[in-house]
Amino acid sequence: MRRQMSQDRSWYFPFMDALTVHRLHFAFTATFHYIFPQLTMGLALLILILKTLALRTGGEHYNRAARFWARIFAVNFAMGVVTGIPMEFQFGTNWARFSKAAGGVIGQTLAMEGVFSFFLESSFLGVFLFGEKRLGPKAHWFAAFLVFAGSWLSGFFIIATDAWMQHPTGYELGKNGEILLTSLSGLLLNPWLFWQYLHNMIGSVVTASFVMASVGAFYLLGRRSEEYGRTFVRLGVIAGMISTFLMAFPTGDGQGKNVAWHQPATLAAMEGLFETTHGAPLVLIGQPDPEKRRLDNPLAIPRALSFLTYQRWGAEVKGLNEFPPDHWPDNIALLYYSYHIMVGLGTVLIGVMALASLSLWRGRLYGARSLLWLLMLMLPFPYIATTAGWITAEVGRQPWLIYGIMRTPEGVSPHISAGNALFTLIGFMGIYTVLAILFLFLVGREIDEGPEHPVEAHAVTL
Amino acid sequence: METIWFCLVAVMIAVYVVLDGFDLGAGIIHLFVARTDSERRAVLGSIGPVWDGNEVWLLAGGGTLYFAFPALYASSFSGFYLPLMIVLWLLILRGISIEFRNHIQSPVWQPLWDVVFAGASALLAIFFGAALGNVVRGVPLDASGEFFLPLWTDFTVGMDTGILDWYTILIAVAALLTLTLHGSLWVALKTEGAVEVRARRFARGVWWGLLAWVVAITLASFRIQPHLKASFEAHPWGYVFPLSAILGLIGIRVLDSRRAGLAAFLCSCLFILGMLTSAAFGIYPYVLPSNTDPALSLTVLNAAAPRYGLEIGLTWFIPGMLLTAGYFVYTYRNFSGKVREQERAD
Repeated sequence: MRRQMSQDRSWYFPFMDALTVHRLHFAFTATFHYIFPQLTMGLALLILILKTLALRTGGEHYNRAARFWARIFAVNFAMGVVTGIPMEFQFGTNWARFSKAAGGVIGQTLAMEGVFSFFLESSFLGVFLFGEKRLGPKAHWFAAFLVFAGSWLSGFFIIATDAWMQHPTGYELGKNGEILLTSLSGLLLNPWLFWQYLHNMIGSVVTASFVMASVGAFYLLGRRSEEYGRTFVRLGVIAGMISTFLMAFPTGDGQGKNVAWHQPATLAAMEGLFETTHGAPLVLIGQPDPEKRRLDNPLAIPRALSFLTYQRWGAEVKGLNEFPPDHWPDNIALLYYSYHIMVGLGTVLIGVMALASLSLWRGRLYGARSLLWLLMLMLPFPYIATTAGWITAEVGRQPWLIYGIMRTPEGVSPHISAGNALFTLIGFMGIYTVLAILFLFLVGREIDEGPEHPVEAHAVTL
Repeated sequence: METIWFCLVAVMIAVYVVLDGFDLGAGIIHLFVARTDSERRAVLGSIGPVWDGNEVWLLAGGGTLYFAFPALYASSFSGFYLPLMIVLWLLILRGISIEFRNHIQSPVWQPLWDVVFAGASALLAIFFGAALGNVVRGVPLDASGEFFLPLWTDFTVGMDTGILDWYTILIAVAALLTLTLHGSLWVALKTEGAVEVRARRFARGVWWGLLAWVVAITLASFRIQPHLKASFEAHPWGYVFPLSAILGLIGIRVLDSRRAGLAAFLCSCLFILGMLTSAAFGIYPYVLPSNTDPALSLTVLNAAAPRYGLEIGLTWFIPGMLLTAGYFVYTYRNFSGKVREQERAD
């Protein structure tokens, strides 16, 4: 019996095959990386606003506030840079077949990011962080603007790359199935790109607004640096009110329609809609069961999904039953939950900012301790909502690596074993754990030292 | 068109090595030439405002390689999987050791990051050298243009060699020596006092070692990769590349002894450019030779992206690089001269 088992390999079911490890590898490193740029892109805009206020008022207050956030920005930026380099390399290392097939297309946008935004950012961030005395107020404002422009341009090229994988444009397939770029403008003006870019960038403003308001609330509650605390809460709440609202409408709505038009199977899985329905309900809570093809314990708003998607209460929304199972996203439960977490938290974020804006408008916010506590404790939630949003986008694209062209298993590097990939995945987990501890420690110190601290920036450079 | 992009990618990589080379070299030597905290700050200050911009050339070069030669990018990055991942970890450690070092004043904080910085810099020089060695020697490409190499096997240059064999280790040590010399010249140029004196002394010592090593790797390379000899014999004008390397190497010695720091550093740049262009010229039209069957090699033609992409790429690449050159002139102008005490204070 035992000998039979050892000869017959069919009993051996690997818990993690190479493909799974490669997917986890990318998922882990990308998720960790995006903790940092989602703050720096939004914060670059808020710092620019602080610098503009400083120019207008001519006082030192806003300049000091900007310098404080520049110090937080510098630590986050350094983390974003060092965790970003592995992202560009991983296309080649772990997804060689994908890179070989698609490099002629998305290599364009990735190389453009290097040429147009990385050089800009790396040259002027140092000027911005250390050149304030030498440059004078107007030139320093301009350096802040260039850092902002560089980071938002960087975001554009990355989203353009992802948008092409979600909805390929500007290409044709050659005789042997190779992917040929036929139009650079088609790649850069992808209809999918417009809403995805705005949705993502406004998401980074949401994160930065909540972080700023949270730190401000922390100072007000602790009765220290209160002058700055009030500025941070005010700017955070006003920017947060505008950005959370824009997050839902029109950008979230527009992105939802992207998915509805171009990835209908994904939409059905996100909503947990197994059967095509006229007047489809919008599910708030429930657990999808892909085997039995049903949603357990649903709590839903009748007909709302039809209305949100097609502006008609009775409109037909296609269910998963319309699509062959090998076109279904391969992790329906994860897709469903990440989408619902994003939308649910997004709604909570709008609610909190609406409450806080109302209180600010009435002039009561700085003394409203329970509301300040709420603002302070909201800190992790925009990060979670953003991460859930990206999981929705990337798991939703499955089973495709390039939607409609290449399936995920076809894109992986064929010669890298699960063992080798697991070795590097564990290595990244170890290094990123160290990075996370250092990051929290250093940012915590900056917040503790506060805006009155005289040091401009600790970093040597960047 | 493919050859234009081969040259552009080669230039980007060469610029990366010249620029990031001196800050890697500064990292390698700083434990030896700078003893006190304020001396180490001077060394770090000499690369502080530029190291990140220098490293961007690696990213931009990688991106350019990706879109111009996707098959080469895919094949080499997945084939050199393990060493590349280790390079990434080293880049991460090196970046944070520079950035986070000065956040806290403590006798346990700075020395720790100084050692991480030095170790990561030295290992990066070694890995980059080994990578170059692998490209010259060739790798076991299969019919679909893919391969996978373990880190090492038995260190002989045979059919089932690893990333590290005696030849690639030879090149790796050459890279370590080259960048050590390059960094020493830079630090000598940008600092004053005891650090400058020690950096000069370091550069003189390393120079003799490098001279011996250059003879060794030249002989070894022509033995390992017969295509090099064929290239130079077919196009004798190509000798201009190795000649400029020799000129640079001699120039370093002559000018350094005459205390012409900037000229000596520029000669070091010339030496590095000469060595890299010699290698690129020698293996052209291959971009990644096969060491099992030359017919399976990746060449500029079979690894390049389709025409339209390459042509349209030039329309944005050239203006983009002109802008970049502008930023670099601006940054290095702002940063000319020696790093002085008061500038280091903040």
